[in-house]
Amino acid sequence: MSFVSGVISGAEGPSGGRRRAVPSTLTRVAKYTGYRAVALLLTVVVGVYLTILIANMGGYVDQIRIAQIREAAGGRVAADRQLQGLPISEIRNRIDQYVELEVKRLRLDRPFALRSLTYLTDALSLSLGRAENLTSDSGSRQVRQILLERLPATLLLFATSYLLLFFGTIFVALFLSRRYGSFLDRAVVALVPTSVAPSWFYGVFLILIFAAMLKVLPFGGMVTSPPPQSALEYGLSVLKHMILPVAAITIGSVFATIYSWRTFFLIYSAEDYVEMAKAKGLSSSTIERRYILRPTLPTIITTFSLGLIGIWTGSIILETVFNWPGLGRLLFQAVSAFDTPVVIGAEVIYAYLLAFTVFLLDIVYALVDPRVKVGEERKQ
Amino acid sequence: MSWLRQQFKQLLRHPSAVAGLVVIGGLLCLAIYAVLAIPYSEAIRLWRGGEGIWDDSPRNALPAWVNFWPGVNLPETIIVNAGSAAGKSEDTGGVKAVKVALPFDYQYDDFPSEVTIFFEAKFDQRRPQVSLLWLTPDNREIALGERGLSARERYSVSLDQRLTARFGGQTPEVGLFADPAAGEATVLKGRYELVANVLLFEEASDIDAKLVVYGKVSGVAGTDDRRRDLWLALLWGTPVALAFGLLAAAGSIFTTLIIAAIGVWYGRWVDAVIQRITELNAILPALPILILIGTFYSRSIWVMLGVIILLGIFSLGIKSYRAIFLQVRDLPYIEAARAYGAGNRRIIFRYMVPRIVPVLVPQFVLLIPSLVFLEAALAILGLGDPVLPTWGKVLNDAFQSGALYKGYYHTVLMPAFFLMLTGFGFAMLGYALDRIFNPRLRTE
Repeated sequence: MSFVSGVISGAEGPSGGRRRAVPSTLTRVAKYTGYRAVALLLTVVVGVYLTILIANMGGYVDQIRIAQIREAAGGRVAADRQLQGLPISEIRNRIDQYVELEVKRLRLDRPFALRSLTYLTDALSLSLGRAENLTSDSGSRQVRQILLERLPATLLLFATSYLLLFFGTIFVALFLSRRYGSFLDRAVVALVPTSVAPSWFYGVFLILIFAAMLKVLPFGGMVTSPPPQSALEYGLSVLKHMILPVAAITIGSVFATIYSWRTFFLIYSAEDYVEMAKAKGLSSSTIERRYILRPTLPTIITTFSLGLIGIWTGSIILETVFNWPGLGRLLFQAVSAFDTPVVIGAEVIYAYLLAFTVFLLDIVYALVDPRVKVGEERKQ
Repeated sequence: MSWLRQQFKQLLRHPSAVAGLVVIGGLLCLAIYAVLAIPYSEAIRLWRGGEGIWDDSPRNALPAWVNFWPGVNLPETIIVNAGSAAGKSEDTGGVKAVKVALPFDYQYDDFPSEVTIFFEAKFDQRRPQVSLLWLTPDNREIALGERGLSARERYSVSLDQRLTARFGGQTPEVGLFADPAAGEATVLKGRYELVANVLLFEEASDIDAKLVVYGKVSGVAGTDDRRRDLWLALLWGTPVALAFGLLAAAGSIFTTLIIAAIGVWYGRWVDAVIQRITELNAILPALPILILIGTFYSRSIWVMLGVIILLGIFSLGIKSYRAIFLQVRDLPYIEAARAYGAGNRRIIFRYMVPRIVPVLVPQFVLLIPSLVFLEAALAILGLGDPVLPTWGKVLNDAFQSGALYKGYYHTVLMPAFFLMLTGFGFAMLGYALDRIFNPRLRTE
């Protein structure tokens, strides 16, 4: 708590006045927290249900699945030597029996409206069930298993690039805000339009240059095939495969991020109290730490935590371009293979994480930033 | 109007904005030219590339302008048509012997990529016979064998195994053009001739021959592995990309704006409902939904466009517009409007929405390229429009055919160049507009 209270005492907003906490704050915060929690939970429920409806195309996917089952049954009966002598009507009968059994096993015989509600309760209680077509690399059909297997790959790639990007850009932005108008500063501003192209686009270029032309880095994937035996070599191989995707993610957003932080810091360093601190003769590092970073902390925390959610989902297209075995590509594979449970499983966890982060942020924000008056009509 | 002119004048002071405007203008001209020069249906037909459409076009050729590079002299495609009576005919007892000569001049530093001879023969019962002879500038004669002709015959010289064996393992297109005196395979420049000695066994029988020496460069943008001219796709990709970006950006951003204004103006439950829908929409994964619809329903670019607009209506932009509208709502001029009796609709559309235009315009301009890239991303995932040529589909085709592994970089670089041009054009304009309309820094 010392961290938070320290922030509060130091946070003197540029525009808002200093307000002493009123006694009713606690009840107001509690009431507000409860209200937000309920609202967010409802949002998650409806969001997940909508995803279930879309992922099943209102039951249309089941038609595809029944057709697939019928086809599989036909193939199975045709391949069975013992059945080949039987009359056609009997073979048809066998196929029908098999289809009926399979439909019952998958509970496809109940109306979709009912089933969708079962899906919903299952999804919300995180019993994610079994995948229909996909398996994990270890052969498991449990959606949980499949998701968990892909999670480390995505986390590794996106957490690394995110942390690099986040702290790197803030550091550079602070540096640039001190040197406003210098050549370096103007160069960064000029390079901002590069961020309009997404990271996968730069990925294509990087692959072309470093993998295809120079042949120094791999085209994609996470480790060499077959994977090296020793842990050290394995790690080095993964690192080598990470260079291009991390570089692509970085190039894709670094300049716009630096630019927005730099502008943000510049606005705050134009405040009177910063001028005052300068006049007092404080060192520039002290000014940065105590007079610029502190009041901007709420924004930094918000941006950081909202970005964290993005790490979890990864990026479908970037992972596809780099053939990275992460969650994004899993989601794409699941959709292409009509594997509804995997799609819903990924979605429900994403929804929970997002809702939880937003909820936490609301509270942290209220604690950290005294200008935010919780439970009242906010103007911002 | 004077306000607009003033803003425009200010815009011209930013070099990046001027560059952006020039790029966008150029792309617009290209788009208009594409639509006028090649009709929609024709573009689709050519890009689908059915039988015989791209026969005369080389495979995986580089753009022709690489020859402007000093020291580079790659062959262009040479097509030699026989014409009907190019040779003299001798009539001996019902059998007509026709000699068709197909001469051409070859002055390039590199070997052709392929050599193919196309025949068209007219006959009733008995198929014409042809024996082929290759004459080199140094007066060697290389026999290319004899064959009977069907109505349409294609002789792929480059795939002839016997010739490969004869040239000691060299592919025929190298062997036919190589200088035997030189150690390394070098091109012998000069006048070549293909002579076809044809025997016609019927009175009405006739043949037509065409020699195609496929080059290694072709057209403005080169060709892909299916011989299609990439310029067609790049040209037609321009109006598609611009239309997609503009429509999707306009469709989502204006509805978002109006909804935000309505929510703020009416407040209470209207605002609450709009806010909740926005939060709901934030949870829905947009790209997976697009993939779902592309996989299950339709990959048409216009269906995708509709879905993108629908998902974009309740985007998080509502939150930021709402913040601005909340301040606008309490301004005195709104109160004044209310006092003279302006209705709700009038206040929303004539007083609140125009107020936000400075914020909106840069966002609108910056949204366009991201949507153009989204279309390309969908195409890379294999969800591009099934018939229309787009930049993303050229990229996807290049990836599918392993162009990067095989070194056909132009099939990736050409569409990437156009995507980047569009992206930078709009981005440079957009960021400049942002700095003009929303000066966050006093000195900027």
